[in-house]
Amino acid sequence: MKQRLPLIITALFAFWILGALRPQRDPEYAFGAFGRLPVVFNGRLQPVDSLARNSLTRIREKDTANLEPAKAWYERPKIISATEWLLTLMTRPEVADGWKVFRVDHPELKAMLKLPEPNPAAGEDGKHYSWNQFGETGLKQIEESSRNIQENKKDSSLRNAFDNATLGLYEAMTLYLRLKNTVHPQDTVRFAAEIADYQKTIPAGVKAFQQRMTGSGTFDTNALTEVFGHAERYFVTLRGEPPLLIPPASGGDATFAWQRMGEALLDPSFGAPLLKHLMRVPKAELSPEAAAEGIRLVGTRPLSPAVGHWAAMADAFRESQVAGFNTAVAGYQTYLESLRLGKALNKTAREQLYNSFAPFSKTASLYIVAFLFSCGFWFNFAEWSRKTSLHLVQLAFVVHTLGLIARMWLEGRPPVTNLYSSAIFIGWGAVGLGLILESFWKNAIGLAVATVIGFSTQVVAHNLALGGDTMVMLQAVLDTNFWLATHVVIVTLGYAATYVAGFLAILYVVLGFFTKVMTGDMGKSLSRMVYGILCFATLFSFVGTVLGGIWADQSWGRFWGWDPKENGALIIVLWNALILHARWGGMVRERGIMNLAIFGNIVTSWSWFGTNLLGVGLHSYGFMSGAFTALMVFVGSQCVLIALGLIPQAKWRSFSAATGGAAKAPAASAA
Amino acid sequence: MISKLFQFLSSLRLTVVLLGLGVAVVFFGTLGQTSDGLYVAQERYFRSWFAYWTPHGAAFPVVPLPGGYLLGTMLVINLLVAHFTRFKWTWSKSGIFLTHIGIILLLLGQLATDMLARESIMSFREGDTRNYSESSMDFELVFLRSAGSNTLDQVVSIPASRLKPGAELRQELLPFAIRVKEAYENARIRLRAPVMDSNRPPAATQGVGARIVIDEQPPTRTMDARNVPAAVIELSGPSSLGTWALSGELKSQTVTVEGTEWRLEYRPVRDYKPFALTLLKTTHETYPGTDIPKNFQSRVRLRNTESHEDREVDIYMNSPLRYGGYTFFQYQMGKEQLADGGRGTSALQVVRNPSWVTPYLGCILVGVGLLVQFLMHLTKFIARRKPRAA
Repeated sequence: MKQRLPLIITALFAFWILGALRPQRDPEYAFGAFGRLPVVFNGRLQPVDSLARNSLTRIREKDTANLEPAKAWYERPKIISATEWLLTLMTRPEVADGWKVFRVDHPELKAMLKLPEPNPAAGEDGKHYSWNQFGETGLKQIEESSRNIQENKKDSSLRNAFDNATLGLYEAMTLYLRLKNTVHPQDTVRFAAEIADYQKTIPAGVKAFQQRMTGSGTFDTNALTEVFGHAERYFVTLRGEPPLLIPPASGGDATFAWQRMGEALLDPSFGAPLLKHLMRVPKAELSPEAAAEGIRLVGTRPLSPAVGHWAAMADAFRESQVAGFNTAVAGYQTYLESLRLGKALNKTAREQLYNSFAPFSKTASLYIVAFLFSCGFWFNFAEWSRKTSLHLVQLAFVVHTLGLIARMWLEGRPPVTNLYSSAIFIGWGAVGLGLILESFWKNAIGLAVATVIGFSTQVVAHNLALGGDTMVMLQAVLDTNFWLATHVVIVTLGYAATYVAGFLAILYVVLGFFTKVMTGDMGKSLSRMVYGILCFATLFSFVGTVLGGIWADQSWGRFWGWDPKENGALIIVLWNALILHARWGGMVRERGIMNLAIFGNIVTSWSWFGTNLLGVGLHSYGFMSGAFTALMVFVGSQCVLIALGLIPQAKWRSFSAATGGAAKAPAASAA
Repeated sequence: MISKLFQFLSSLRLTVVLLGLGVAVVFFGTLGQTSDGLYVAQERYFRSWFAYWTPHGAAFPVVPLPGGYLLGTMLVINLLVAHFTRFKWTWSKSGIFLTHIGIILLLLGQLATDMLARESIMSFREGDTRNYSESSMDFELVFLRSAGSNTLDQVVSIPASRLKPGAELRQELLPFAIRVKEAYENARIRLRAPVMDSNRPPAATQGVGARIVIDEQPPTRTMDARNVPAAVIELSGPSSLGTWALSGELKSQTVTVEGTEWRLEYRPVRDYKPFALTLLKTTHETYPGTDIPKNFQSRVRLRNTESHEDREVDIYMNSPLRYGGYTFFQYQMGKEQLADGGRGTSALQVVRNPSWVTPYLGCILVGVGLLVQFLMHLTKFIARRKPRAA
């Protein structure tokens, strides 16, 4: 039985994972099909599902909406999908405004906005609040405080937790407003009827407009006012820069011709560029020729058929017509297919599958379970425990790899394009190295390190994902797959290897100091592992760093610019070289190397995160106070571990002669 | 004694200390950028022999450090001495040899780049032609005399560094002497308001200087702003020609001496090229519905009258133009002119770096060296484990 246990446990987890790939069925509204519809946001084509999840994550730190947050999980609170929430927000904002989806944690911020305290009876959990609960005054307060912070504390490192919470809430509210005005102005009651009314006013209105512009005789003021009244409503929605819903009627895969709903609605009358020009929107002035052309085209462009499809979906959902809504979604899908948008539709369908599969949150759970099994191995040395851990890590590694490949396929990019994906990739690299170590030593150490780093990097990635879309488009200078695939991947593998060495060293110190598990043999094999991994880390961080220099030379003519991120990578190279030379020179032994390797964790974290927080240089993402605190806590913990490592080994539980820890031979494995 | 010294210079202990100090200098040099700006921090920590780090707001330096030059020199010495005394060539050490040669090459290459590389900016509007680039830091005082339509202008240039208050400068081609009265590293000029500035006399007596005042500014250290120097000089020929205000913000002024007109300019130092670029078109694309830049692109026409070359080239991010020992990179693009209608502007970064190839060589050597060494370790390790596993 014990021999089969590892495979049985792994198979159970594999079923759990495969279960997530099962297509979801919608008993009523076709939310699944609606979630697959393409939109363009953050400069990229994505399914409505991604827009909904990323927005909701930004607002409430989760990609589902719990409508009764005050209820405990066993009281079965009503939880809806992100897509359903977004659809409601876009078409029935008066309903969505009552849902408690804004997460507010900072006590001073809650006090300022006079938000209610936790009170389950009244449905208040003290963390989640609805748009309506902020009220007019709350909105104004948030807006004013945010502006105040942005003006008076331009340097983001001056901002305290309250300031950041305020700005965060303000951003969430802005996003909420943008979404509310995506399909139609938020106060729309019957969209299709409204569009029909508007279209009726266009001919007379356009005629009046042209008469006015050319100055030929009198014009019908009423007709002009009427069409302008409609146009202005749509124009106002554009100010919030909502997502782009309308594909070009000519079809094709290019995203630059997509339009916002407001722009598409303005096409048959004035056209958005001309209206912006006439309303004197800054930076939108047209040259005299372009303006004249715009005036000539007034009233000649057709309304995109996609507008009608969206109106049908919105009206049906608002009026709770299940069949009507599902037909409208199917109708729009047929229309999209007729536009030769096949590639885009394929992509959105797969991205939706990727979203619901959520590979990285699954691997995180697997890593925890596998870690427990590898610990089990040390404390009773049962081989089945190690085998279970091994198989679970292998399973997680496969899922992790598939997740990475899916991201690469969706983005059309190498695996690392931003901080989020670097976290995922560092985890992947570390797990791979851990599995290689395990295949040599078979003492569960490689597994323990793999699972700890695998899980920690998922936590980091999860927190980074709270900022919104993790697949944003790359700035012009980064838009080169060759350098992303070489420099970035190699340098990130260097980070991963340095972390593996550091965590191996942590295991050495923790197991040696607190337990009797660490035998002399195990210590020796750990020190060999650290050495081998450090060689690997030196190679990769060096080559990666120099490749970065070559990229810089190709892009700016400067091989080395002393940019903080470059310096961070250089420090890793120097530090790894230092450890290797100290070992070759016999200046440090087993324990010394371990302490130096733990410091390598600090060095790597500085390079990975710290340099981005400085607010200078090419890789600056601005100061993130959460990340800064996390970094400081991590650095502190590593210092404590180094301090432990500096205590003479006679005092360690494993090596003290009194307890005989080192003398105890490992029991024969149970298998 | 000498053998002791050699022992010290070749020791691994020294290597480890140098590497540790290297970590410290790079770390503090990075921190220093937040207060000093990239350029000053580079000068202070990396292009120096000794450095010290002063925490933000502290009155005195706290952490003394060796500068980049000292560390680099010591590392090269350490490596060379170690190779000549301690190391014996064997095949099993070939990887280490390659790595170390590569490191020396990288260090020397960086030094050569420091000494030889020149960076400048070529900025123009659509339709403009340039056969020179301009320094982003150094200014010069230039006197130009147009010598008729067929011959070249007569040009006298004086670097800004020589304009020190009180200095008296003479140049044989110039029919007048220059006395420097005031000089500022960074200053803004503005029109003098007769009422508000009633207690401040105009900056100078002649030219546009009679209508402006100069406000000194603290020197800037950031990457995206630059110092604009200003000065007030007095010109005296046979008789005094009055005082003149100079500023990088001013266009040229004219001074007439004995019937000849001299134009007077205070401008960035120019580096003339034997060829010319014409900016034909600028392209600035963002991703739909965002401000994220997707592409900056300048289409230029390259003309070289000597080699009869005349062709059009696109310069964009990650795709520079390499020509005549120079490399032209897309650097900035004017934003305000980008809206429909106005002429686009573009700035190209122009780099001349004769030692650009050393990092490539160094990187290959070190990469191959490390790979060879670690593969040897790995194969040995696997070979040793095999019998046990079997």
